[in-house]
Amino acid sequence: MEAALTKQMFDVETLRKEFPILKRVVNGKPLVYLDNAATSQKPLSVINAISDYYCNYNSNVHRGVYSISLEASDAYDCTRDKISEFINAGSASEIIFTRGATDAVNLVAYSYGLENVAEGDEIIVSEMEHHANIVPWQVLCKKKNAVLKVIPVNDKGELIIDEYKKLLNNKTKIVAVVHISNALGTINPVKEITDLAHQRGAKVLIDGAQAVHHMPVDVQDIGADFYTFSGHKMYGPMGIGVLYGKLELLEAMPPYQTGGDMIISVSFKGTTYNEVPVKFEAGTPNVEGVIGLNKAIDFIKSVGFDVINSHEQELINYATEKISEIDEIEIIGTAKNKASVLSFVVRGQHPMDIGIMLDTYGVALRTGKHCTEPLMDRFSIPGTVRASFAVYNTPEEIDIFIDALKRTIKALK
Amino acid sequence: MDTKPISEIEEEIVEEFSFFGEWNDKYEYIIELGKKLKDFPEDKHTDANKVRGCQSNVWLAADSENGAIIFKADSDSVIVKGLIALLIRVLSGKTPDEILDAKLEFIDKIGLKQHLANTRANGLAAMIKQIKMYAMAYKAKQELETK
Repeated sequence: MEAALTKQMFDVETLRKEFPILKRVVNGKPLVYLDNAATSQKPLSVINAISDYYCNYNSNVHRGVYSISLEASDAYDCTRDKISEFINAGSASEIIFTRGATDAVNLVAYSYGLENVAEGDEIIVSEMEHHANIVPWQVLCKKKNAVLKVIPVNDKGELIIDEYKKLLNNKTKIVAVVHISNALGTINPVKEITDLAHQRGAKVLIDGAQAVHHMPVDVQDIGADFYTFSGHKMYGPMGIGVLYGKLELLEAMPPYQTGGDMIISVSFKGTTYNEVPVKFEAGTPNVEGVIGLNKAIDFIKSVGFDVINSHEQELINYATEKISEIDEIEIIGTAKNKASVLSFVVRGQHPMDIGIMLDTYGVALRTGKHCTEPLMDRFSIPGTVRASFAVYNTPEEIDIFIDALKRTIKALK
Repeated sequence: MDTKPISEIEEEIVEEFSFFGEWNDKYEYIIELGKKLKDFPEDKHTDANKVRGCQSNVWLAADSENGAIIFKADSDSVIVKGLIALLIRVLSGKTPDEILDAKLEFIDKIGLKQHLANTRANGLAAMIKQIKMYAMAYKAKQELETK
């Protein structure tokens, strides 16, 4: 009953009006944007907030004593509180602004990792990680002569937790795992993964780039030591991301980059660093990004996770049902807990050819390895075609996509 | 093999594509060309002949014959194979100088540059570069031989 009520109250056509780009025509066809796992589109509230900042109070933050600098500083700093509340962090000091999720992982690998990982130590990642949650750890392992271990994935695209348990031991220092797989949509049991790691004294980083806009995330409930995400996948601007870290860890960690804003005093004899979180934000920050991210969170809250979740689940179920009617299709990633990502291969056809042809019908989706080459190797495929849905997508768009896909397969045969 | 000058073959291709209004028709034609390109020798599918794209791969082999270079190529993507077929039609059997001078304006004129050639995804740009490298190498070799 409650779900039915929510559905009635949600009018996707009204919501779509908030996204100017959805009116675009591509190759003579209306744009059907299904590459949301790569980046989401931005509502007018985000676009206008950035424009408003540049038109009315553009200035550097944390330095000026004049009105517009104070306004910009306020807008910047209050977003930290909003994010802290959004993911239920312990305090706003645990929120660090980064360039994106990749930057956030690198920060932890270089700052925490270099300090706390020694020769012979072990770091665990999973087979479904994005390259951004593999390569920084690989580099760290090489520098420190540490060992990288990998949690395998089963045929459905789920982590094999029993294998993970076997990998854990007293040498495990860091476990870095994705919350929702960008390539398959699998939702991982991050709380269980974190608990198991903590029992062995290891620290845990969860890559939440695909999670924070699909479901409520409570970092204290998960218990993760670090949680990373980017703004542009959650209806916010490009070039802004977040690192959440437990305060006691952040306080003990050395700075990642150095320069302005992150210092208290500098002389040629030595430098005193600023407090967390500013200690990790060297240089002029991405003020427009932070202001835009603030409005993106407002947007998500105004729609509500109950609506987002039920609408996106409806879309993925409908798309899965429709695509299963096509003989040549094999869905990659059939996990029990799955977000709105539909990854598939067309037997006998290269994913890129499918993507190029679908574009001629106005359908924008992603083809290739999705920056998860080890995962593609696991399934022995050169890549997949991936449709990923956001709250503004509609069943009608899925019909257009499926129809274009059928025509494409016919042309390629 | 086409003995016409490169610019003439390019004009022919532009003319052929002018019959298609919609992009899906253009691609369906390219797909047909790709399906017909079948003469790449199995033993040339080597790593040395591979031109890697981000998503699809191209294999390119070159041979010289009476001062001209003969190109043969293959790809795991049928659309890229179709594009290769066009490039081979224009450039194969030409002298190194002709190949080096070729501006390949047909790619732009049929609208493909905007669509495809600029992305690192398909290896097409890398393949054109490789063809020109072969031409340079053969030119240097010919100059050495005539000295």
